[in-house]
This record gives sequence, C-alpha cells and structure tokens, in this order.
Amino acid sequence: MPRVLIVEDDLDVRRAVQLGLRHQGHEVFAVETGEEGLEQLRPFRPDVVVLDLMLPGMSGLDVCRRIRDRDQVPIIMVTARGDDVDVVVGLETGADDYVVKPVQARVLDARIRAVLRRQDASLPDGTRPRAETYGELVVDRAGLVVTHRGEPVTLAPSELRLLLTLSASPGQVFSRQQLLEAVWEHSYHGDIRLVDACVKRLRNKLGEGRNPRYVQTVRGFGYRFGTS
Amino acid sequence: MSDRTSAAVPGAGPRRFLRAALARIPLPLRGLRPRLLTSFVLVAMASSLGTGALAFREARTGVLQQSQDSVINRFRASVDAVAPAIPLAPDQSDLQFAVDQVRYANRSSDWRIMAAYGGHRAYAPNPGFVELSPEMLRSVRDRRVAVFQRMNVDGRPRLVVGMPVTYTSDEGLETMLSGLVMYLEVPQTTEEGYVEAMVRGIERATLVALCLAVVLALLAASGVLRPVRALRRATRRMAAGHLDVRLDVSGSDELADLSQSFNETAAELERTVRELRRLEAQGRRFVADVSHELRTPLAAMSAVTDVLDLEGEGETGEALRLISEGTNRLSGLVNDLMEISRFDAGAAELNRDEIDLAESVRRTVASRWRQEQVETRLPGPGELRARVDPRRLDVVTANLIGNALRHGEPPVRLTMGVRVDGAGTTWAVIEVTDNGPGIAEEDMPHIFERFYKASTSRARSESSGLGLAITAENVRLHGGRIRAANLPSGGAVFTVELPLHRDDTDTAADTGAGGGSTR
Repeated sequence: MPRVLIVEDDLDVRRAVQLGLRHQGHEVFAVETGEEGLEQLRPFRPDVVVLDLMLPGMSGLDVCRRIRDRDQVPIIMVTARGDDVDVVVGLETGADDYVVKPVQARVLDARIRAVLRRQDASLPDGTRPRAETYGELVVDRAGLVVTHRGEPVTLAPSELRLLLTLSASPGQVFSRQQLLEAVWEHSYHGDIRLVDACVKRLRNKLGEGRNPRYVQTVRGFGYRFGTS
Repeated sequence: MSDRTSAAVPGAGPRRFLRAALARIPLPLRGLRPRLLTSFVLVAMASSLGTGALAFREARTGVLQQSQDSVINRFRASVDAVAPAIPLAPDQSDLQFAVDQVRYANRSSDWRIMAAYGGHRAYAPNPGFVELSPEMLRSVRDRRVAVFQRMNVDGRPRLVVGMPVTYTSDEGLETMLSGLVMYLEVPQTTEEGYVEAMVRGIERATLVALCLAVVLALLAASGVLRPVRALRRATRRMAAGHLDVRLDVSGSDELADLSQSFNETAAELERTVRELRRLEAQGRRFVADVSHELRTPLAAMSAVTDVLDLEGEGETGEALRLISEGTNRLSGLVNDLMEISRFDAGAAELNRDEIDLAESVRRTVASRWRQEQVETRLPGPGELRARVDPRRLDVVTANLIGNALRHGEPPVRLTMGVRVDGAGTTWAVIEVTDNGPGIAEEDMPHIFERFYKASTSRARSESSGLGLAITAENVRLHGGRIRAANLPSGGAVFTVELPLHRDDTDTAADTGAGGGSTR
C-alpha cells in the first residue's frame, strides 16, 4: 500500500484527493502548507509526494527544491493549466511528473503507480551483469546505484529510470515520444518538456558539459546513450 | 428639365476628361510646389513686362520727342540766321552758301543739309541726300510749317526735317513762302542707343523679378508643404497603428488649424481604442479568472467522482451518474476556457519536436476510437516528418475527427499528404471528411468561432463549443491554415495545412542525416 503525502492548501480539494486516493488503495497523509509537508517528510516517510504548486507561504517550487536537497522521493506536481513557466521550473527543480487540475483520482493514481514502478523498474534481471561500466560511469542495475568517477550520484526516480532506459541500448536513438512512454508511461502525445527537463537534470548530475558524453542529443530525432 | 439634363452632360464630359488628363501627370508635376512656382513666375513676368512695356513706351516717346524738338529748333535758328542773306530768287551759289552756313553753324553735329529752290539743289557737307517722301514735298510746298519724318535708311534710323523759308511781306502782315526749302537729315543712333539701354534695363529687371519670384514661390511652397508633409506622415503612421502620433502646431493659419484638428481626432481615436482594448482585456481576464475560480471546486469534485457508486441501481445511481458526467464535461469546458484564455493572452507555447506526422495521427485515432470508426489514408512510416507540437497536433486531429463523428455520418475519413504551393512552401495537408449533411451556408463563416454551434446539431452536441476555435488557434500557432467546406457529394471537409519548415537548416540537416527525408 503506497504511502502518499499530499500538500494542498484548499481544504475541499485536500479532503477530496485524500478520499479519492484512499479509494484507490493508497495510504494518504494530507497537509495544508509546504512547511508542514517538509516536517512530515521524516515521520511519515511517504513513497510519493503530491505537491500543489500554488501554496500560500512557501511556494510549491521551494518545497520541491528543499525536498530534493535531502531526499529522492518521487514528486508529482499539481499545476493549474496556464502556469507553463511554473511547470518548466518545477521540472527543472526536480519534480518527476506533473498533473493538471482538475484531475480525476483515477488519473492521479495511474501517475503515482507509474512513478513508483520507475523506482523498481530494473529490479533483478538475472541475465545482465550486476554493474556496467561506460567510461567513468558505472551503472549498477540490480542495486540501482550509479557512480561517476567513483562518486555515487543521487538520482531522482525519473532520472534513474531515464538513464537505465537509455543505457540499456547504448547507441540506439530514442524519440522523446518513446521515452515518454517508456519512462513516464505517458501517452505518445504527452508533454515532451518532461523529457527535456529530465535530460537536463541528468546531464548536470553527471557533470556533462557542452558536448555531452553519455546522454547525447540526436537533433530532429531524440536522445541516445553515448558508447564512446 | 430635359434641357438642363442634356446641358449638364456635355459639361461634365470635358471636365471629366480634364481631370483624367491631370491625373495622368505625375504627382511631382501637379503637386503644390510646381503650381505655386508657376503662378509666381507668371505673375512676376506679367507685372514686370507690363510695367516695363508701359514705361518703355512713354520714355521712348519722350526721348525721341525731345531730341527732335531740339534738332528742329537748332535747325530753325540756323536757317533764320542765314535767311536774310539769301536773295528772294537765289542761284546755285546762294544755295551753296546757305547750306554751308547752316552746316558750319552746327559743325559739331552729324548733319547733312540740302537746300532746294526750283531746280537748284545744294548739299553740305557733300552731295547726296535721302529720297524725300511725296508727303513731305507736298507739305513744304504748300504750308509754312516745318515737317519732320523718321526714316530708316539701310537699317539706320534717321530724322529728316523739311523747313520752308518764309519771308514777311512788305505790309508786314503775313508771312509768305519764298520757295526756298532747307532740308536736314540727322542720324538718330544716340537716341536709339538710349532706347536699347532701356530695353536691356527692363530685361534685366524682369530677370531679377523672375529670380525673386522663384525664391519666394519656393519659400511659400515649403511653408505650405511642410505642414502638409507632416500631416501626410502622421496619417500614414496612424494608419500603421501608431495612435500616439501628434503634430507640432505652429502659427495660426488654416494649416495649423488642420493640424490641431488632426491632433484632436488622433487623441480621441486613441482614447476610444484604449477604452475598447481595456474592455476587451477586462472581458478576457474575467473569463480567465472565472475559469481559474471554477477549477478549485471542480478539482475537489473530479477527485471524488471515482468514489461514487456509478453502478448503483435506481434513482440514486442515476443521479450519481449524472453528477459524474456533468463533472467531466465541466472539467473539459474549464480546461478549454483556460486554453482559450492562454491563446488570448498570447501565453500559448509551442513546444516543437520533429515527429512522424502519420504516426502521430495514428496514435491519436488509436487512443480514442475503434479502428472501424475512422478510415485513415496516411503516408508510410518516416515519409512525412515535421517539427510540430505533438500535443497540439493531437488536439487538432482529435477535435476534427470528434467533430466529424458528432455532426456527420460515417464513414469519417482522414487523409494526409504533402502539397507544394506556388511560393515553394511545402505543406503537410490533413483532410477530415464525413458523410453527413454538411455545413449550412449561413454557419460557414462562423464555424471556427467560440461557442458557435450550428443550429441543426445543437441538440446532439456534447462538445464545449470551443473545440473548433481551439483547433483553429492551434493551427495558427503553427503558422498553418484551416478551412471548412462542403463536398459536392454531400458531407463536410475540414482541411488543415501545416508548413513543413524546410527553411530551418538545422532541421533539414538532421532530416538528411537520419535518412528520414519527407520526399
């Protein structure tokens, strides 16, 4: 039973989402403000955070940033349609996915399950070697540990799943639509900014410069994992 | 009545012809400047030439009169001086003496003198004299007064004077003609010189007046033209949408008045437009605000519709199903309103990605309808790639097919192809046709308007009424075109054309490198 932390300022919406998600079989804890949400992170130990971007006091983006500073728990942002800039900033801050208000509990549930699947995406796959080395990058598929130049890299769930998907077939070009379906389990027509923002975050964490070595852009087609 | 009509027609003909002829003259020639210039020059020429001509006539007459009077007086004095010494019936030597005396008395002048008495002739300084006119001969024979005549000899003007010599009779009562006549011939070159100098002077004065007239005309023209030009510039700027344009008003003439009126008109126009824009923005903001406010309660409702027991029996179950359905439709409407608001605010973003258009359409259809509901005729995989916003293309395709399924009859058919227009731009063309009654003629111009629902289909419409408006906005955002028409065989056809952006060098290079050319 996944544990979901909801940060939502409107009482009705908070209670309704709580009700809807409980009905879908989640264990839900709902708070009103970002400060409360950060406080509950330790004691409640959620599997996923559903975070409204429009919050009084500390903004949703700040909350997102603070959570990412200490935790790689999956974050799903709830945005209002029309807050395009917020979506991009939120994704670059480290959110794994987003939904647009109003959202049906069924849809939110599907996103939560998808983002949780991401975490155990490549669990034991006996035929593969335990760890694969690409230059200075070591990807341990079984342990879900990534090290770069000997240092462990902490990746958010979407970043990890993206890296695992790309590196599973080095050299193969993935279109953004393919990645949306494979990593986020969105439809073919989902928001490609999810992919671009996640690639950006992943490259930052792998210390890639202007000519990326691992996650390479194939202009007009998508991305591929560099074999060199 | 008929007379007047018939009279008016021939009158209008030439005037129209004149206007047409004037219109054919290029603007620089029929503009204000040349017209003012021409008028000034004409006035200056007329006045200086007129004044000159009058002055010339008077002066010339005066000069000639005075010179001939003085010549005649001198001649008379000389003749009077010599006359007493001449006998009543002089012979040749007497005549010679007389002419020599007169000549000697006026030796400084270029005189030629002749004396005639009967058949005798005497000349000084040498023989030879102009031929005398019969009128002069007759006058000196019959009358006792001196006569003169201006003549041209070999192109040189001469004054010829004939002076009959008289004597006083013994009774001392009357003068009698003696029969002796003295003639004088004087060249008039000096006088002619005066006249020529006068003509030259008048010419020079006319020239100066002309130059002055041109300068004045140009000054006047620029004085008039500057405000006219400023007005023309301002009008053009205003036509281009710059309503804040104003003119500098200087002076207090009609042009200043006109500039003032222009400024007032512009200010009023600007105020009205600002007010209209404010109202429109207010209206749009209101829609955006309302949608925003609706969203919060709707978010609560949407989150719990799944909790409702939609399978329930009886009235409660029916009510719950209605609530659930209404909530979903309301969500769709609010989302559409928010989308429209974003287009209105210019906040709609285009997130382009290069994709296979046929694949996109195939996915759109597959995710919403059964295969047999929509016939598709699409290019093969990789044949038609373009940089579009995949999410917006999905909206466009889904709305058109949804619209065709709602308002038309099956089969609903979607075809996709490529068209190159006259300008060399390549377009991806998507056509959605249905087999229904088509679009009524009166609905056609409004089909892409918001909340416009063709009256015939109102009853069965489940859409928000914004679908086609959003579709059109999405197409426009891509720089594309959309139109609706009726097929000759019945049924409606919606055509969307999206530019393929082949001018984008990056994209072209990528397409080439990937081998996924659209050709």
